[in-house]
Amino acid sequence: MELKEKLLSSFLAMEQEIDLSAPVHAMRQENLKTFEEKGFPTKKLEAWKYTSLASILQPSYSIFPKQEASLELKEVKKYFLYEIDSYKVVFIDGVYSPFLSDTTHDGLDVCLMSAALTKPKYKALIDRYFNQIADTQDSLSALNTAFAREGAYIYVPPSVVAEKPIEIIHFSTGKQGDFMLQPRSLVVIDENAQVQIIERHQSLAEHSVFTNAVTEVFAEKNAQVDVYKIQNDRHDASLVDNTFIAQQRDSNARVHTFSFGGKMTRNNLNFYHQGEHIQSTMKGITIIGNTQHVDHYTLVHHAQPNCESHQDYKGIYADRAVGVFNGKIMVDKIAQKTNAFQQNNNVLLDDKATINTKPQLEIFADDVKCSHGCTIGQLDEDALFYLRTRGIPKKEAKGLLTYAFANNVLESVAIPALKTRVNKLIAEKLGVNLTHDL
Amino acid sequence: MAYTEEELKKELETKEYEYGFYTDIESDTFPVGLNEDIVRAISKRKGEPEWMTNWRLEAFAHWKLMTEPDWPNVHYEKPDFQAISYYSAPKKKDQYKSLDEVDPELLETFNKLGISLEEQKKLAGVAVDIVMDSVSVATTFRDTLAEKGIIFCSISEAIKEHPELVKKYIGSVIPPKDNFYAALNSAVFSDGSFCYIPKGVRCPMELSTYFRINQAGTGQFERTLVIADEGSYVSYLEGCTAPSRDENQLHAACVELIALDDAEIKYSTVQNWYPGDKQGKGGVYNFVTKRGICHTRAKISWTQVETGSAVTWKYPSCVLKGDHSIGEFYSIAVTNNHQQADTGTKMVHLGKNTRSTIISKGISAGTSQNSYRGLVQVHPRAQNARNFSQCDSLLMGNKCGAHTFPYIEARNNSAQIEHEATTSKIGEDQIFYCNQRGIDTEKAIALIVNGFSKEVLNKLPMEFAVEAQKLLEISLEGSVG
Repeated sequence: MELKEKLLSSFLAMEQEIDLSAPVHAMRQENLKTFEEKGFPTKKLEAWKYTSLASILQPSYSIFPKQEASLELKEVKKYFLYEIDSYKVVFIDGVYSPFLSDTTHDGLDVCLMSAALTKPKYKALIDRYFNQIADTQDSLSALNTAFAREGAYIYVPPSVVAEKPIEIIHFSTGKQGDFMLQPRSLVVIDENAQVQIIERHQSLAEHSVFTNAVTEVFAEKNAQVDVYKIQNDRHDASLVDNTFIAQQRDSNARVHTFSFGGKMTRNNLNFYHQGEHIQSTMKGITIIGNTQHVDHYTLVHHAQPNCESHQDYKGIYADRAVGVFNGKIMVDKIAQKTNAFQQNNNVLLDDKATINTKPQLEIFADDVKCSHGCTIGQLDEDALFYLRTRGIPKKEAKGLLTYAFANNVLESVAIPALKTRVNKLIAEKLGVNLTHDL
Repeated sequence: MAYTEEELKKELETKEYEYGFYTDIESDTFPVGLNEDIVRAISKRKGEPEWMTNWRLEAFAHWKLMTEPDWPNVHYEKPDFQAISYYSAPKKKDQYKSLDEVDPELLETFNKLGISLEEQKKLAGVAVDIVMDSVSVATTFRDTLAEKGIIFCSISEAIKEHPELVKKYIGSVIPPKDNFYAALNSAVFSDGSFCYIPKGVRCPMELSTYFRINQAGTGQFERTLVIADEGSYVSYLEGCTAPSRDENQLHAACVELIALDDAEIKYSTVQNWYPGDKQGKGGVYNFVTKRGICHTRAKISWTQVETGSAVTWKYPSCVLKGDHSIGEFYSIAVTNNHQQADTGTKMVHLGKNTRSTIISKGISAGTSQNSYRGLVQVHPRAQNARNFSQCDSLLMGNKCGAHTFPYIEARNNSAQIEHEATTSKIGEDQIFYCNQRGIDTEKAIALIVNGFSKEVLNKLPMEFAVEAQKLLEISLEGSVG
């Protein structure tokens, strides 16, 4: 059975288990209809010109877990940022794991989407925020909404500063066979509040995983939010990560995406400005090889005056890897004094590697400063030669130079332990032995 | 008294299209509509050999299967292809030996356009092959060119007199099935220019054609074929103006350039067709396919100044097939009032050590939309390909839009590609600086715009540079505050 048909019939099965009278359910049905009409995106769509889902849709995925799976902490400890204390929301094969998690209701809510969607005390917030900015016309986001049941729910009340980061981790054990995951998360940061979130999808054993995640983030007035996405999955795991961020005035949202693994990764990152003096930052490092495929698709919609956005994506591609960058900046007529900056630098290490990039500007306001820069190149021969004259072997020299190339993206990472961790991952990925920490 | 913004605006709004006149020359025009018979009739009228008729019919058969593309960032009412007359030629069909024989009314038209043939003949040394509604009516400097073995004539003449060259090259760069408008053009093209530069010859003068759309309701389907044989050089100019007309006119031209080993072609365009009035009514639809192929060590350079047309949809491209070949693209696109432009280039790197440069300047004013759409493609075999692209946009007023859609596809690790784009307005501080030095605002703006476009203007041949600069000023007058 094709995946689309399977999903449509699974929806009927799911309807047996859930409360059909909830307003969320009408939303689900509507979104399922959108998905049914549009189906999975194909390369014929401009937005998917360079990324094909065809091979990802091949395996026969189970939609719901067949059996309960549990994990020992020591098996998965290395995937946590164990050096520091943090809140944790952990899912195993899409099911919440209370044993590995560390949630809270003290001062702020770090808990589950399933609770938020069903318990009356969250109703007001769910009504106000749930599925308000997710793209209901995008078939994959709509599919996720149709199946939205579980994920992380984070609410930071006004003027609360979360004193430790929140880790959201989705494990896939392989016990379910080939598996499709559709986590749905909602993050609301109320006025003057602050929070840091680390997100990770991790497959643990040989099996095909297809994750279609949607995260909605609402940054209210003067709120500050940092989201770090670590994508270092196994070679048989694919991810479509849809993130929608709505910002109110004076808020500041930063998203860092570190893509080092996975079979196919597609990051849809959307920023919507709903007030003035907003700052948005999106940065990314992509280091891939073999036949891996990473696609960054970003949108910043400047709809209000005096806002700033800053994009910086670095990509290093080896072997037959394919990289895609599609950055879109839209500036509305009223969004005067917008300052939008976009940069995309790429290095191709092997002659079979490919990069397709399309930095796009659509500007309707005249008093703006918008620029984009994009480069594709190799390592500087002179720099390489210099290092080798100093007795550094070619491989290490190359590693060091690529490391330096990617490194400045790391500077804005606000959690020191995470910075070290990512640093190590990069070093490992590039085969460089770094004796120093940053 | 200082020239205020309001006054500027008013002046611009009341400014009518300077070249908007209509020459009353008897034309013999085909009935409207398009079918196989019309295609046959065009071919027959032109006295074409059978292979050409069949080539047209094949293109037509394919065109019927195609749909009009809707991906460009432009919005317009789709032309009704059955409501267009596909052939119109001035009635008098005798070949002119000298200018005196040319219809005086026609000459008057050219004088209004500011291109006095005599003057150009003597002073500028430009051979002008004037295309007035599809049939070339005057060709000058034929003899001078013939001495060098250069063939410069209308394409219908070339089909008759040099069938071996036309047969070999026509459709070799833009296959008839390439895209919707190329297929249409291949089926119904009425005339155009043909140019062949023999081996090792450096063309002694700038070759030039003027296109005009004249007869109401006739689409202009030009076909240009320029072949530069090994080691030759040619600089080709194309300039356009068209009379005012209320219904939209369709222009779907094809330009094919072939630069064989070590040859160089420089192709410059100034396009100033009727852009429609300030309400966006009327104006020319300009849907053009232009492409050149570079063989080993060859070079093709496109320079364009686009100020006219209601809707422009044009991507002069270079296929860098040979090793060490070079492609260049320099463009200024100015849109005002309701004009829409989606223009850019494609650089396809196939050979080793190929280089390309793209400099695109977009200026949008009024309620116009100006898009740059470009593709830089490096194929796996193209070792050491090098590209530099720069697209700058200048916005004037807050009702216009500037868009950039650069596609960059690199499939070779030795490729070095740089792309940068900026969007800005004319800085208040820049204007203030000029004012401070006694330069009034309007002059200051002209100065800044000129400076903004300088890189491209410099690439134009002398004859065009002056005209282009003037055009820029005319198109933008008073559009800034």
